This record gives sequence, C-alpha cells and structure tokens, in this order.
Amino acid sequence: MIAAALVYMIYAGVTQSAVYFVTPSELGSAPVAGKAYRLGGMVERGSLRWEPSTLSLTFALSDGKASVPVRHKGAPPDLFGEGRGAVVEGSWTPEGYFRATHIMAKHSEEYKAPHDTNQASIKELMRTLSGGSR
Amino acid sequence: MIAEVGAGALAVALALAVYGSAAAAVGGRTGRAALVESAQHAALGVFAIVTSCLLLLAWAFLSFDFSVRYVANNTNLGTPFYYRLTAVWGALEGSIVLWAWMLSLYTLIVVVRHRTSARDLYPWVLAVMLGVLAFFLLVMTVPAPVFQRLTPVPADGRGLNPLLEDSGMITHPVALYLGFTGFTVPFAFAIAALVTGRVGDAWITTTRRWTITAWYFLSLGLLIGGWWSYHVLGWGGYWAWDPVENAAFMPWLTGTAFLHSVMIQERRRMLRLWNLALVIITFSLTLFGTFLTRSGVIASVHAFTQGSIGVFFLSFLGLVLVVALVLLAWRWEALGAQGELDSVVSRESAFLLNNVLLVAATFTVFFGTVFPLLSEAMRGVKVSVGAPFFNQVNVPLFLGLLFLMGIGPLIAWRRASLDNLKRNFLWPIAVGIAAAAVFRLVGVRSMIAVLSLTLTVFVASTITVDLVRATRARLRTGERLPGALGGLLLRHNRRYGGFAVHLGILVIAIGVTGSQAWSVQTETTLRRGESTALAGYRVRFDGLAASEESNHVKVTGTFTVANGHGAPAVLQPAKKFYPQEQSPIAYVDYRLGLREDVYLVLGDFARDGSQATIRLQVNRLVSWIWIGGIILTLGTLLALAPERHRAGAAVA
Repeated sequence: MIAAALVYMIYAGVTQSAVYFVTPSELGSAPVAGKAYRLGGMVERGSLRWEPSTLSLTFALSDGKASVPVRHKGAPPDLFGEGRGAVVEGSWTPEGYFRATHIMAKHSEEYKAPHDTNQASIKELMRTLSGGSR
Repeated sequence: MIAEVGAGALAVALALAVYGSAAAAVGGRTGRAALVESAQHAALGVFAIVTSCLLLLAWAFLSFDFSVRYVANNTNLGTPFYYRLTAVWGALEGSIVLWAWMLSLYTLIVVVRHRTSARDLYPWVLAVMLGVLAFFLLVMTVPAPVFQRLTPVPADGRGLNPLLEDSGMITHPVALYLGFTGFTVPFAFAIAALVTGRVGDAWITTTRRWTITAWYFLSLGLLIGGWWSYHVLGWGGYWAWDPVENAAFMPWLTGTAFLHSVMIQERRRMLRLWNLALVIITFSLTLFGTFLTRSGVIASVHAFTQGSIGVFFLSFLGLVLVVALVLLAWRWEALGAQGELDSVVSRESAFLLNNVLLVAATFTVFFGTVFPLLSEAMRGVKVSVGAPFFNQVNVPLFLGLLFLMGIGPLIAWRRASLDNLKRNFLWPIAVGIAAAAVFRLVGVRSMIAVLSLTLTVFVASTITVDLVRATRARLRTGERLPGALGGLLLRHNRRYGGFAVHLGILVIAIGVTGSQAWSVQTETTLRRGESTALAGYRVRFDGLAASEESNHVKVTGTFTVANGHGAPAVLQPAKKFYPQEQSPIAYVDYRLGLREDVYLVLGDFARDGSQATIRLQVNRLVSWIWIGGIILTLGTLLALAPERHRAGAAVA
C-alpha cells in the first residue's frame, strides 16, 4: 500500500513538475504557451538590455540556428553576460516572448589566464567609484 | 620535484594497499596470523604515505609551487594563507586525496581498536578497508592524478574558485568526507560478517559507535553546506535539491534508517538481512554520490564518457554491489528471521515504518536526481524535475517521520497495551491539538506549516513526558533535582542522547517550516539616499565605495537598515571582482536573528555610484536550523559517551 502510494506520489509529482530542457531552435519550432521549459543557449551579443529603474532585463538566447527573445524581471545575476551561456527557466507567452522566472548562469571551471582587458576594466571601475582621484 | 615524489609515493601506497588487502583476506581464510599482521603493517605504511602526500600537497600550496598543475589551477600569488590550505581539497583531485587520507586514518583506528576485540571478523574488515582504500589510490594514480607536472611552469596560478574562499570550506568538506568515509567501517564489518558466516549481532554492536560517528559527520557536513549556501551563494536559501546536495542527502537518509533498524536487531534479533542491505546501500550511495558529482554526468549523459573518473566509480560501484549480492545469496539461509512482529501497535513496527519512509524518501530523491539522465538516455529529451517535485513528494514523508519520532521511542516493545498508549500519548496528543488550535488562531494559513509545527509540539511533549516521569521516579528515591536529572542523562546516555538529537531535528524542522512559509523578499533599484520598505524594515542606500583586497577588487554598498525600534544597523553587501573571473561575485551581508534574518544582496550598480539594484529578503526562523545543528551535536556526544551501568548511578 505504501509502495503504491509512493509510486502515485512520484508519478503525480513528475507529471506536475516536469520541466523540458530545450534549445532555442527546438522551442522555436513548436512553442507551447504556458508549459514550463528550461531554455539553454548563448546570450546574443548586442541583445542585452537592462533597465534598473523598472528591473526589466531583456535579451535573446541563441544556439546559432534560432534565437528566442527572453524577458525577466530582476537584476542580471553573477556570471551572466553577452556572449556567455545561460539557462533560463520559465514559459513561452502568447505575446511571442519567453518569460523567464529564473536565470542560471553557468560557471566555467576550466583554466583561464587573467585577462588584461578584464584588469583594465576593473582599474577603470576603481577610478570612477573613487571620484577620479586614482 | 614535488610532483614526481608525490606521484611515486602514491604508486607505492597503491601497491601496499593491494598487498595488504590480499594478505588480510588470505590470513582470514587460512587463519595465519602472520599474514594479518603483515597486512596491519601495510595499513600503517599506507597511512604514513598518504599523510605525507597530503602534507606535501599542502606544502606545494603554501610555497606556490606552480610546477604542480593542481596547485597552479587552484591558487595564485594573491590567495591568502588560510585559503591556500583549504585549496588543497578545493577541487576534484585534492578532494580524493583528503578522502583517501581519512579512509587510511579510519583503517588505522580500526586496527588499533578492533585488532583483539573482533578477532574473527577483523582480518576481513581489514581486507575490505584496504581494498576500498586501494580503489581510491587507483583513482589518484590514473584518472585524477593530483601530482601532475605542469610545463612550462607559469609565473602565477589561476587562483581558487572565489566561491570557495570562505571559512565554511574548511569545515564542510572535512565533515562531509568524514561522514562518507565513516560508513566504510560498518560496511566492512557487514561484508566480514557475510564472508565468515557470523551474521549474528556482533558486527552491529561492534560498529554502533562508528555508525553514529559517521552519521553525525554527514549531518554536520550537510548543515555546514546549507550555511555556506546561505551566506555565500547569495540566493537566500540553504537547500535547493541540487544533485550535489542530493548526493550527500541520500546516504544520510539510509544511514538514519540503519541507525534505527539496528536497535531492533539488538533488541529483538529481527531484520538481519535488512540491516546488512541497508549498510551496503548506504556505502554504495556514498560512491554513487561521488560518481554523480564528479563525473560530469549531471550536465549530460554524454559528458560522462569524456572523463574516465566516472567509468572508474561506476565500475567499482558495480563490483561492490555484485560482491555484496553474491555474499547475501550465499548466506541466505543464515539470514532468516529470528524474531517475529507480534503486533502492529509496537515499537518494532514504528521503527519499521520509520525505515520504510526513510527508504521511500531515498528512492524519491534518487529518482528525481537521475530522472533527467534516464529521460535523456531513453527518450533523447532532457526533462528535469526541480524543487517542486522533491518538496511535493518528500514533505508528506517527512511529516510522517516527525510523527513516528514521537511514537517510536515511547511505545512498548512487542505489543503496546491500551494502558501503555494512554500513559504515554494522552498528554502529548492533547498538547498537540491545543497547539494546532493556537497556530490557526494566530493566523498560520499554510496547512503544511500548521501540521509540521503541531507535530513538532507533539514530539517535544512526548520527550517531556518521558523525562518528567523518569526524573520523578528518581526523586522518589530521595535524590535532589539536579542530581536526579544528571544521573538520568548519564546512566541512560544512549536514550537521552537520542532524544537530544531528536530535539535538534525538531528545531531544524521549525526553521525549515518557518523559512518556507513566511520568508518575504523584494527587488528594487534605489538612488542614493532613497529607501525601500519590507516587513517593517526600511533600507536606505547611502553610497558605494571601491577597495583593493589582496586578490580582488571589492565594490561595497552601504545601506542603513532601521526597523522602528533600536539603533539602525549598517549592512554592506558587495560585489567582488577577481581578475581570473569574467564577472563579479556577490558578497552578501545580513543580520541574523532568532525571529528573522535581514539579508541584503547587491545586484547591480551604476558606475558613478548614484544608484544600486538590491534584493532584500526577510528570512524567517532560519537561525533555528543552525541552533538545531548545535543541539544535534550535543545529543550525539551524549549518545557516544561511554555507557555507565549500575556503578554510574551510585556515583550520581
């Protein structure tokens, strides 16, 4: 009896909370409005727009073949940026964009030499925040 | 130099472990004591070598020896002293070294403690421990070599993953691995019992302390992991049903089941087969967890074939399961039940149900964790089930376990009479019902929260009833209150240690319930001088400042938090910019409280410091989780204390 109850609970749990992992081209070919998806791709260069006053974050996720417009309410998380991979969770809206409730930016583990450009931008940041005295 | 010496030493250790394991097994089979003694020397040698390798690795980190690839990948010249030490186990290869070191330490303790006390089982225990150790040494030699030379030697290293620069990182892996490796000892005893055919109760009583210790460290590892997640990752939670967390949670669940089911075997000679199976499953789950988190299989089933470490772990796991199953089949006759269940209303059946629920929860977590892999492998679509699945299925199971936590320790063995039930549960049930009414009256809306808190009150009442009754009995013999209570705890330290651990779990349950039901958050952008309000708190943005730390640049926001009474507090969340990372890492600031935590994350900011986007959370009762952990620690210590029999009572 307990086993039957458990199987039922797991079955109900899976059918209610299954989230399909799709690429932009897979989603583009057959979007179902309201269904929960996890969409993974690259944040397209030039597509990222962040409006702090309204907390509106818009960008396009692409897999090289197709591109999906995404909207999110909230600040861009750490490790998130143009030209980098991201996975967003949410649903397709009838208005023709993907509404993300969650953004998971992926941390890469492989070795990277410290970037000179990166260093320069940090120096620049130090200067502007300390009022140009440095 | 260090790379070559270390790699060579590990190869010698591997040979020694393989030899020792074989020698102990042959010694056990033929009864030749000299061989077993030789295996002991091998165990000592392995311990000495692995210890030296660990120290050598630590030295390589301290002296910035970037000719060792692992050092170059996980530290740089700016890494502070403290984090250079924790970087030793900051990534895969080093964590395997730590694992092997602990296992070799445990093996040595087994030699010291059980050399004479567990004569028949001992050679086989040693053979299994050294065999498992040999596997980890093999992993360190072939798929995850820690001492690998890097040419040319870079001028500076890559640096530690900034998220690991935290004090939690010294304690969390250590505690977790002490737990994981600790279960190897009861597992080795179980295999030894099967091999020798002594499948009675000796292996269980001998390993009682080992099991409690391993279970405790695993609990501690999970709790510290939660604390790390809460105060470092900046998403405001402590548990996300992430595969990495699940990997540690599964052996905890089966380990908890084992901890309870052995009591039935000790008392009633039941569940022999079940206990052997549970400890084998628990050990296998520690291997499976490492496989899951270290092979890359979680990202995709296809990633698994890229590195060889997954193949190693999966093969070893397969070997362990096959050997265990063959042994179980071989001893099937001897494993027949001795005692029988007399009545459904009894302590045995409460414990049995506890085991069923714990194993059901393990299965749920297992299923949810591997579901994406199964669906990808079988149907080619990646479907995942997230936190909602785990919560939905597990919450009823955990509530059931809470209820049993009240019933199990008090209900009579064999068959509970109506009188026994009344005597033990009348008051707790009455208090529980009253509490439920109060929770509804004060406006607790979530039914799950009401149920969970009511059960907590019920269980706490059962503990109180037991303690009051036992203390009264002692007072009647003329003792004074402090002496009576102290004597009780010391004399029945196993029982009351267990109660204290239950109390710790109850406090954790309150924290989990409260934080899930009542936490609130908001996200907003503030200009300098502007404020926002949440749950009675006003947060004002006062400005931004940049500072240079030893290995990163930090942009700190200053916020004043006032809640109407008391002096306003200043919170300073920050963003840390590491040169080796492409984007900043959030640094959370918070004020912890018994009732609620104020938790502030700096999300984004204008470069001129004129505005900042923040996420403000008021997290309810989270501190109870950490307090529960402390109570659990004290309870475990009490349960582990040497038992005082009649003599102890006279002293008290």
